[in-house]
This record gives sequence, C-alpha cells and structure tokens, in this order.
Amino acid sequence: MALRKDGWLWALGLLSFVGILVAGYLALVWAPPAEGFVGEAELAQRIFYFHVPAAWTGFLAFFVTFVASVAYLWKGGRKWDILAASSAEIGLVFTTMVVVTGPIWAKPTWGVWWTWSDPKLVTAAILWLIYFGYMMLRRMVEDDARRARFAAVLGIIGFADVPIVFGAARWWGQSVAHPIVVSGGGFDVAPRMLTVLMFSLAVFTLMYIVILTLRVRAEHLADAVESLKTRE
Amino acid sequence: MNFLRKVGAVAWKDLRAEWRTREVFSAMFVFALLIIIIFNFALELRAENARVLVPGILWVAFTFSGMLGLNRSFIQEKDRGSLEGLLLCPVDRSAIYLGKMLANSALMALVAVFILPVSFVLFNLSFGALPMIVVVTALGTVGFAGVGTLFSAMAVNTRAREVMLPLLLFPVAVPLIIAAVKLTAGIMDGLPVAELARWWQLLIGFDAIFFTLSFMTFDYVIEE
Repeated sequence: MALRKDGWLWALGLLSFVGILVAGYLALVWAPPAEGFVGEAELAQRIFYFHVPAAWTGFLAFFVTFVASVAYLWKGGRKWDILAASSAEIGLVFTTMVVVTGPIWAKPTWGVWWTWSDPKLVTAAILWLIYFGYMMLRRMVEDDARRARFAAVLGIIGFADVPIVFGAARWWGQSVAHPIVVSGGGFDVAPRMLTVLMFSLAVFTLMYIVILTLRVRAEHLADAVESLKTRE
Repeated sequence: MNFLRKVGAVAWKDLRAEWRTREVFSAMFVFALLIIIIFNFALELRAENARVLVPGILWVAFTFSGMLGLNRSFIQEKDRGSLEGLLLCPVDRSAIYLGKMLANSALMALVAVFILPVSFVLFNLSFGALPMIVVVTALGTVGFAGVGTLFSAMAVNTRAREVMLPLLLFPVAVPLIIAAVKLTAGIMDGLPVAELARWWQLLIGFDAIFFTLSFMTFDYVIEE
C-alpha cells in the first residue's frame, strides 16, 4: 500500500542510486584523461566529476534553506521550517564532501592540500562553518517556534554572507589557482568530459531531491507521532 | 517621544548601568590587553615583524573582547529579569535593537580607544597613522556589533548561551575582519588611498548590508 502510494519516490530513489553507480563508471573509466595531467594528478582529476556536483548541490541546498527561511518569517508555517532544516542538513553533508575531495585533488595537482589564496576554498570552508552553526543553533533551542524563528534568521543572514565572503576572499588572495571550467566563452573541457559532468550534476541534483523529500517526510511523520502521543 | 529619542534612551540605559559597575568594560579591556600580551610572546613580536602582525592582533583583541561585551548585553537583562520589562516598554522592537547596538558599539569602541595607544606604544608604531585607524576601528566596531547584537539576542535564548555567540558570529564576520585588518595594515604602511578603496567599500558595504538585515529580522528574534 505504502509502496504503491510512494511509487514515484521509490522510482526516483532507485534511479538516483543506479545513476550514482553509472556516474562512478563514467567518471573513472569512460571519461578521457584530462590533457596536461600525468600520473597521480591525472587520477585525482577525476574527483572533479564528484567535487563540482557536490559543490553545486550544497549551494542549491543552502539556497533552498534561504528561500524556506524567508517564507517562514513571511508566512509562518511549520512546513517551511522543516524544509529549511532538512535542506541545510543535506547541504552540510554535500559541503563536507566538497571540502574533503578538494584537498585530495589539490595535493597531487597544486602540491599542497590547502591554500588560503583561493576564494572558492575559503568560501566553502566558511560556508561549512556557518551551516554547522545553523545545525548547532537548532539543537540548542528548546522551544519549537523560537527555534524556527532563530534558524530562519540565521538561514537568511548566513546565505547573504556567502557572496561577500567570496568577494572578500578573492580580493584577499591575489592568485586564483582554481581551474575555471565554465568561462564566458562556454565550457572549457572536452565534449566527453562535459557529458560526464552534466550527467553527474543531474544525478546529484536528483539524489538531493530524493533525500530532501525523505527527510521532510520523516520530520512530518515525527510530528504526527508526537501529536498522537499527546492526544491521550 | 520620537524614534531617535527612544533609541537614545535604550542605549543610555545600558551605558548608565555599565557606568555604575564598569564590570563589563574592565573585563573587556583587560581581556584585550591579555590577548596582546599573549600574542606578543606566542608570535615573538619584534620591531621588524610588528607592522605585519600588529593589525591582525589588534583585530583579534577587538573582536574577542567585543564578544565578551556582546554576550553580557542580553545575559544581564535575562538574568535580572529586566528583558521582559524592556520588551513591555512602549517602544518599537527596532528601537531596542538600535539602542542595544549603539551601546555595544560604544563599549567596543571605548575598549579600542584605550587599546590603540597602548599597543602603539608597546610596539613602537608611529602615531601618524592613528587617526585613520580610529576611523577603521569605528566602522569595524559598528559592523561587528551590528550582527553581534542580533546574534547575542538569539544566543541568550539557547541552552549553551554564551558558547553559541562566537560560533554564529565569527564565520559571518570573516569578511569584516579581512577588510578591517587589510585597512589597518595598509594605513600603517602608508599605502595610497586608491589602493585601499576596495577594502573601504567592503567594510562599509558589510556594515550597511548586515545592519539592514539585522534591523529587519530583530523583531523575530526577540518575540516571546
């Protein structure tokens, strides 16, 4: 019964699971080696197919948190709070993936695990800290309505900070070492590599939607259980 | 009473309460001084590297001691049960925010007024740069206290209370600290104004954006 009702969710979940496996194959085997990379750096370059989609998904997730936070303060309603919290949680996981895969790629390519002169690295790290604070704040407030309001305020302020951190970090570190894949003139990679990247982006986005739906639903179910418990 | 007088009344109340004991100011000032002393030994400050390191140390001292003051701003009200009284006052919540924010900025600025000359003496810096650094400090202080006052009102209502504030405030304040340190260092080195223009923009932009956002959202934070 539940299975039939949630058929579409099961299908999407299965699709994203298979998609991730296919993306793994495409990224590690099918994609051509990048020009100008040798040895370890050539292997590490393939992290790109997971690193970029994870960064995109993390950013998308925090954007959803921002929109849901605005909606909560504007209109109220627990569903917006649940959406904001769920999305932030998932965004934090993807951002963790970004800051972990980044150094693994950077070491063989740049020769260092980390550099402070690259604005994307700095922004990702600060982003992670802001949303870690967001999750902590949620745990530290007892009252439901108050937690939702505080989190919404931080969801807005934190997101507004992101472009400013990026701008500041760009001015601060003179050298930009990050590869620029998308430039004004279009995509700067081989067609086959672009196919893999696009596929991976689609799969990651799909996976985000599935996890978000599940997470939001789990939270609504928890609410239902809570109200059943207090009924008698 | 018009809006500005209400704001003034809230700020004046905070500053007068502080003047009676001078507890928070003393703690902030001594803490800032301690930070400078600790860094002096931790980084082995000498005449040759002082110019490179002092701007950063000053801003660590200002922001860390500012954190103490920001925390007390609402914890004192909460512990004495005077927050309810303040909320019952026939003033807009935004007047409470502005008043608190002004009082917090004033307290941070006052610490800086004492710390700046002391550190210039301690590290043998030329006093010619002082006036412009005071301007940077004023702008940095307002920006930090601007978001800080908002977050402080949130932190006081969490289980961890004062532990929460630095975790929320420092990540958000990173651009402000970058701009303030760059400006302080640039002014000490006597860089031309044009070279520092972008950092002024960043500092003033940060102040404006986060002041506006904090002003708009403070209502939701203080609502009971």
